[in-house]
Amino acid sequence: MISNDYEQLRTRRSFLRDCACGMGSIAFADLLHRDGLTAQAASVPEINALAPRRPHFAPKAKSVIFLLMDGGPSQLDLLDPKPELERWDGKPLPPSMAKNLKMAFAKPTAAVMASEYKFRPYGRSGMEFSELIPQVASCADDIAVIRSMHTEAFNHHPGQLLLMSGTSMAGRPSIGSWVLYGLGSESQELPGFVVLSSRSKDSGTFGGPSNWTSGFLPSVYAGVPFRGSGDPVLYLSNPPQVPQELQRDDLQALRAMNESRYAEAGDMEIAARIASYELAFRMQTAGPELLDLSNEPAPIREMYGIDNELTRAFGTNCLLARRLVERGVRFVMLTHANWDDHDFLRKNLPKNCDMTDGPTAALLKDLKQRGLLDSTLVVWGGEFGRTPVIETRGQTDPEKVGRDHHPLAYSMWLAGGGIQGGRVVGKTDEFCMSIVEDPVHVNDLQATILHCLGFDHTRLTYRHMGRDFRLTDVGGVVVDKLLA
Amino acid sequence: MYVAEPMKRSTNRQSEFRSSALIRLQPRASGTCVTSATDHSAVGVHPSRAAIFLLSCLLAVTAYAQNTASLPPPVEQPVDFTAEVRPLFEQRCYGCHGAAQQMGGLRLDRGDDALRGGNSGAVIVPGDSARSKLVRAIAGVEGTPFMPMVGERLTPKQIGVLRAWIDQGAEWPDSASAKSRSVKDPRASHWSFQPIRLPSRPKVGNEAWVKNAIDAFVLARLDSEGLEPSPPADRTTLVRRLSLDIIGLPPSPQEVSAFLADQEPGSYERLVKRLSASPHFGEKWARHWLDLARYADSDGYSSDRVRPYMWRYREWVVNALNQDMPFDRFTAEQLAGDLLPNATVEQRVAPGFYRCGLTNREAGVDLDQIWFDQVVDRTRTVGEVWLGLSVGCAQCHDHKYDPISQKDFYQLFAFFNRLKDVEIDAPLPGQMGPYLLARPEYERKRQDLLREYCIPQLQAEWEQKLLEAGDNPGQDAGWDFAWTQLAMWDFKYKVVRTPIEKRSKRQRDFLTDVFVRQYALAVGKEEFEALELDGLQEKLKKLDEEFPKLTQAMVVEEDPNSPRTYVAVRGNYKQKGAPVEPDTLSILPPMLSEPHTRLELARWLVSDENPLTARVTANRVWQELFGRGLVLTSEDFGAQGEKPSHPALLDELAFRFRQEGWSLKRLIRRIVTSATYRQSSAQRPELEERDPNNVLLARQSRLRLPAELIRDATLVASGLLNPDVGGPPIKPPLPPGAADLAFTNASKFWEETQGPDRYRRGIYIHFQRLLPYPQLSNFDIPNAAESCSRRERSNTPLQSLNLLNDPVFFEAAQALAARILLEAPSPWEDRLRHAFQVSLSRDPAADEARQMRDYFQERVRKLDANPQWASSLFPNRLEGVDPVRAAAWVGVSRILLNLDEFITRD
Repeated sequence: MISNDYEQLRTRRSFLRDCACGMGSIAFADLLHRDGLTAQAASVPEINALAPRRPHFAPKAKSVIFLLMDGGPSQLDLLDPKPELERWDGKPLPPSMAKNLKMAFAKPTAAVMASEYKFRPYGRSGMEFSELIPQVASCADDIAVIRSMHTEAFNHHPGQLLLMSGTSMAGRPSIGSWVLYGLGSESQELPGFVVLSSRSKDSGTFGGPSNWTSGFLPSVYAGVPFRGSGDPVLYLSNPPQVPQELQRDDLQALRAMNESRYAEAGDMEIAARIASYELAFRMQTAGPELLDLSNEPAPIREMYGIDNELTRAFGTNCLLARRLVERGVRFVMLTHANWDDHDFLRKNLPKNCDMTDGPTAALLKDLKQRGLLDSTLVVWGGEFGRTPVIETRGQTDPEKVGRDHHPLAYSMWLAGGGIQGGRVVGKTDEFCMSIVEDPVHVNDLQATILHCLGFDHTRLTYRHMGRDFRLTDVGGVVVDKLLA
Repeated sequence: MYVAEPMKRSTNRQSEFRSSALIRLQPRASGTCVTSATDHSAVGVHPSRAAIFLLSCLLAVTAYAQNTASLPPPVEQPVDFTAEVRPLFEQRCYGCHGAAQQMGGLRLDRGDDALRGGNSGAVIVPGDSARSKLVRAIAGVEGTPFMPMVGERLTPKQIGVLRAWIDQGAEWPDSASAKSRSVKDPRASHWSFQPIRLPSRPKVGNEAWVKNAIDAFVLARLDSEGLEPSPPADRTTLVRRLSLDIIGLPPSPQEVSAFLADQEPGSYERLVKRLSASPHFGEKWARHWLDLARYADSDGYSSDRVRPYMWRYREWVVNALNQDMPFDRFTAEQLAGDLLPNATVEQRVAPGFYRCGLTNREAGVDLDQIWFDQVVDRTRTVGEVWLGLSVGCAQCHDHKYDPISQKDFYQLFAFFNRLKDVEIDAPLPGQMGPYLLARPEYERKRQDLLREYCIPQLQAEWEQKLLEAGDNPGQDAGWDFAWTQLAMWDFKYKVVRTPIEKRSKRQRDFLTDVFVRQYALAVGKEEFEALELDGLQEKLKKLDEEFPKLTQAMVVEEDPNSPRTYVAVRGNYKQKGAPVEPDTLSILPPMLSEPHTRLELARWLVSDENPLTARVTANRVWQELFGRGLVLTSEDFGAQGEKPSHPALLDELAFRFRQEGWSLKRLIRRIVTSATYRQSSAQRPELEERDPNNVLLARQSRLRLPAELIRDATLVASGLLNPDVGGPPIKPPLPPGAADLAFTNASKFWEETQGPDRYRRGIYIHFQRLLPYPQLSNFDIPNAAESCSRRERSNTPLQSLNLLNDPVFFEAAQALAARILLEAPSPWEDRLRHAFQVSLSRDPAADEARQMRDYFQERVRKLDANPQWASSLFPNRLEGVDPVRAAAWVGVSRILLNLDEFITRD
């Protein structure tokens, strides 16, 4: 029986195409072990492109929560203290540094701006965090900070493309899609790659859907955005006119009709269509259950700040991220827009920190107390950082100024599955103008994330336009210093 | 922020792997290409070690960079080129820099070429080995890739020999140059580069099956495999198949019965002819072309501004296809319509093709970079659409698999680097008269308004100050910022820099509008409002709305001031290599006419000498009609693409397509009238085993409908479709929350289309790149970031949710129920038959009728028990129809519209 089903699966056209290289053999091996038959109709095999698959080697992490801080948070005010800047505050950069600089808005003659926020050491390692993020800082022993991130793009959209898909050109699969393609999903009721978003300004992320597109990978691996208004997943609810009982009856009748057609045409696509409707119906049940936070105990609600106006949006998303991971969802992207503080840095940066600091720390602590942090990789950061010099948009009022884009040296942090907590990797010069130790390119970060999930990033490939593409494009070196 | 030199990745780890740097170090540019796992294995390196090797290359580079004085010393005796230098070149350099291949444009087997250097200039400086790039590369100095990239490093002694030879004057005896025997690149023998010849029709066993030449080729192959073709599909399946394939709409029950009733010979051919003359033909086939053209109605990137008139190009494509414009003209008008003598408006519109790509208008972008990226995109697109080659691979380095050098890429690039993006008036029929009539009054009112608000004086002063800030920044932050903003896009700064008397009327009006919009940036909101310019803005807008406008078009023209084109070293536009002139790929037959204009390029693409365009195009038509091309990789006819399954058939189709006037309609008619096309699509057990992907064509394929056609079929079945052809895009209702995640606040511009227009075909739905219409993206419309030759046909739960729960589809189910009740009299069986007819174009089978009856009775029972359910499922009252039964028909309709069969072309 099993081998017959296997033959049928093997011959399904699109499935073969999906698995034309790279992961195919692993997928098939796993499918062999799955029960190939559905309970209702022994004649229609079950098809599932999202069946769990094994990576190249034993993984440390099983799932990822990527906190995408859209716009580029200021590393100088959060994670990379530069006391030396105080001496230079208000003065132009030394000429040796200003040479060859090209910034989006700020002039090369712009004045240096020291951070006005105090840093102090936290945790056993004594790594420093700014006073704007005391809650995250209290998790210092679980966090590895990279102070030497760098990227090529100095505009937002190309920067996010590079961070999320490995190159600054549009059209490549997102990291979440790569992971789902490689690992499948443990959840057979929820999408394997979920996108949650919140915002402090009247706009979404710069990258928008290109951050969760499956690119040239089959669209079953695309991220599914959960929306803040309306249905969390588009069309998850029945039409208002259709009660649940009738919906179920309709689906049963539909299934019977599709089975008749399958008997006649013998096309595996029909079997796949039947399976899609089954999963859709399971999602209709699992979705509301996931989103119903009323069963979460008061201390948990409080910890995430979901009853506090300021932290509600981001906190709810953090709590949902934990619930998703708990239910076997492979990749959660949680975006917060935005940190693009060209002006009004002193107003907007503390606001974003107040919105996100508590919930982010809650997520880490909650994952840890449930034993999930070991198997969940948490990544925090944006597409680039911000300059040590001031950007004045026709303003010189200190309350109104901000910092420009800075792709050459910025900070991100990781925690959880596979990561050595309490560690600082990389070092920038005294201005945070450039990196002096252990540069980590965004492709290196991606290689490291895949490594934690059990992949050799050079072997997780997909053939498209006659070439084997990978997430890390032509780059990527695993950053050993981050690893536990 | 950005530094001029790309940052080198390095690390402080020990460089113990230095000597084993075996793989090519890929230069990084804007990320066009990857070094893949297969690449590594191709040079015999275990892929998992690739990262380490890559790292070690970099380590080596950095290590040496710190100590440039450490070049191995030149040997001290005189060096004999033939005995000592050439063997070294032969062993270690010719592989990449010899007769067959010149990576980086460098050729080391001939004296002249070697001394001239590569794309980035000379590599040998006679008399000065320390400054010779060749020496620095083999010694690993600087950021140059460490050469040779494969194998052991050269020894200090070997480097010393080369140094001495260069220091002694780099003598290269003529006799020592490689004989100029023509060493043919072995890759030139690749099948798709061979001329297209008309193959002879093969002999087959069963001549009776053959309806036209296509079938002979298919059957000959099946004969050789010992397989039989499938029987023809029944006539109801055929009429639906043809209708969906040719016009993209399912047939009406009347059309089906008329076809079934037509027993005269030639009825099938008559149906084909009628369908291909329909104005909906262009809508169906345009969609495929628009995928190739990466068409969208917005810019893309984060600001993703709407392009209000991009559809004018879409209109051109639909019309051209409906008129069956020969493909050679179709090519010439899109690539060079503006260069045609006495170009008509339509011919000026056609090069909108170039404008379909993305434009980054994010604040602070580097305009030179944006332009370069756009030209790269245009070059890649033309290469993929007409030649079926991934020429984009050669942006940064010579193509790894196909004989396309980096120089080739920039030669092609050079054609498009001379373009200038412009907007023009592109009136549709009937617009010009009313426009001209109203123009004088409009102009008078506009000038009055501008004078009333002192615009001429204010604007002159504004321009003056902007120019000062532009020329001499750092004086005033406000004006600096205003200048930065002005310089960002649309080349506004160029208009400011144009003397007033040299500006066109269009430019003058444009700049005045910019001034009114952007003055606040320079002087602040307070002053702007004190001058009441916000009020003026409103009034100008109102004035524009009151008067008739001409449809605009986004097009290109030749820029007389365009800069020279250079090879961009490693794909980096800032690093200029050798200059290049416009030309085609050197592997293909040369362009014979001079000068090399875009028009000549277009003519060359469709010339008899070019073996690719006809093959590539015929293959795509085949793909649309069978679900896969004779060459599966319809986007890639290069070495990495699939080989054709039926090479002779492909050549036959391509040859006759070209020979017989490049008529797409004729090509389509030939294919759909073949016996091959008419076969049943039912799976056969022995084929499942032998030919799961239906390569051999022993049957037709079942194909899920493309996204737009699912919408269209639903609207047709429910009777809601508005079949109007052409015009601006429509915006159907978006589900709540759909726009949440786009950067731009989409709800601001997504003004729902009202009235019958909201039921128009899917091709007319506004395509906002960052907010594609959810139903279309759920069903795999391409993202329009790059040319798409082959759509995916995925099968996901989100699609199921979409068809089940989207209000648009539920409304269609209600409308279908009403239609059944109104059009089909009772009894129930007749109604069911009608329901099947309008949705599936066929009668129900006995077991299906039984299943639906059981369902219907159970539904009536439940609704009788819950009458409030019935009234919400079907709120309208129909004369003489029991509301509960009407509501039960909504259920039946819903099932029919969700069937796999409904969204499939059988």
